[in-house]
Amino acid sequence: MSRDFGLSEFLFLVAAMRWTLLLSLIAFLGGGAAGLLVALLRTSPMVPLRWLAIGFIQLFQGTPVLMQLFLCFYGITVLFHVEIDAWPAVTIAFTLYSGAFLGEIWRGSIEAIPRAQWEAAECLALGYFHQLRLVILPQAMRISIPPTVGFLVQLIKGTSIASIIGVVELTRAGQLMTNVTFEPMLVYPAVAALYFVLCWPLSLLSQYLERRIDAALGIERRP
Amino acid sequence: MNYVFHFGVVWDHWRDLAGGAWLTIRLSAMAIVLGLALSIAGAYAKVNGPRPLRWLVGAYVETIRNTPFLVQIFIIYFSLPAVGLRLEANEAALAAMAINFGAYGTEIVRAGIEAVPQGQVEAARALGLTRLQTFRFVILFPAVKTVFPALASQFVLMMLGSSIVSAISAVELTAVTNTLQSTTFRAFEFYFVTTAIYLALALGFRAVLGSIYWLVFRRNRPA
Repeated sequence: MSRDFGLSEFLFLVAAMRWTLLLSLIAFLGGGAAGLLVALLRTSPMVPLRWLAIGFIQLFQGTPVLMQLFLCFYGITVLFHVEIDAWPAVTIAFTLYSGAFLGEIWRGSIEAIPRAQWEAAECLALGYFHQLRLVILPQAMRISIPPTVGFLVQLIKGTSIASIIGVVELTRAGQLMTNVTFEPMLVYPAVAALYFVLCWPLSLLSQYLERRIDAALGIERRP
Repeated sequence: MNYVFHFGVVWDHWRDLAGGAWLTIRLSAMAIVLGLALSIAGAYAKVNGPRPLRWLVGAYVETIRNTPFLVQIFIIYFSLPAVGLRLEANEAALAAMAINFGAYGTEIVRAGIEAVPQGQVEAARALGLTRLQTFRFVILFPAVKTVFPALASQFVLMMLGSSIVSAISAVELTAVTNTLQSTTFRAFEFYFVTTAIYLALALGFRAVLGSIYWLVFRRNRPA
């Protein structure tokens, strides 16, 4: 005797969205901190620091997130000899992953600021960190917002992979629901629809912000 | 730290890993051919098609881009059999990858089409070429050339994302690694090596795509 996929089952999925959101939020905050560091190292005047950041970015953009997850999950147990739950492992993996992507996005924004801005700041006798904080980053931040929102969509979708190592979020909840209702034809499209509800507004926001920034920078766009 | 690494175990199973990597390569290569065809057709429809078709392609692109790849795989592999469309794991994986790539590719190719100067299109139409001929002989080549780097990085992302198809029973690189680590209890070593293989694949694919770009678009051809 199996359950039908009715309202309460659907609400179970809706409730599971909070774990997807929480995971995305933590990964975004952690990744934001890591990403800022990566972006600064990547644009630093010191060559070895730049190489370090390039290596980090290449490593995380050149390998599957799923592998990063497995390596965090098993690697931490093995290297530090502590048993680790799925949640912290997933959090660490997604922090590093989004750190690499955000770092690369923000590097682009920093490099988009004309060289003359750095030079002018230097002429005003500002040190490196003051140049960054007072002149470069405020301008770079504005450019970086649309792609950052775009990455957030990628991140929310990416957290579905956490279900593979057993974290119960939206996708895993969908699998559990399929197992009790035997109605994958209803459950998975419902799961997809819920992700869509989360991601689509962000996608639209990102496109809207991009158009506004282009307009502000005087870039013409065809309709 | 008292964990002793045993990479020898991994070496003993190199044939299995190579087999898995080969399937990953084959799946990715087939998916890019199918996905690219979808992208070009989608982009053509989105630029030239009648309004309902444009709307339909737009819905396809937005749906795929705002839902997780993992859920798309589940829908193809677990949900579709309920309406009578039963695919094998490898076929489902290939279909999911091609459909996913097609959505991102459609937007990328469309951007390339819009970057072709309007004057060239008008000149072609004035010479009596039909819409399809104009697209085939005047627009397509420079459009793909412009966006080739974006297509290439989307392709590498898809290749890395293919590790997720291990969640259904396609036996590509990740699935092979999952099986091996669970029979040998050497999780960290296996995932470490597999991650390295993926990194090598990503770099290899980038090199191959770079060569294709050079062969197709650069050689003997003034820019």
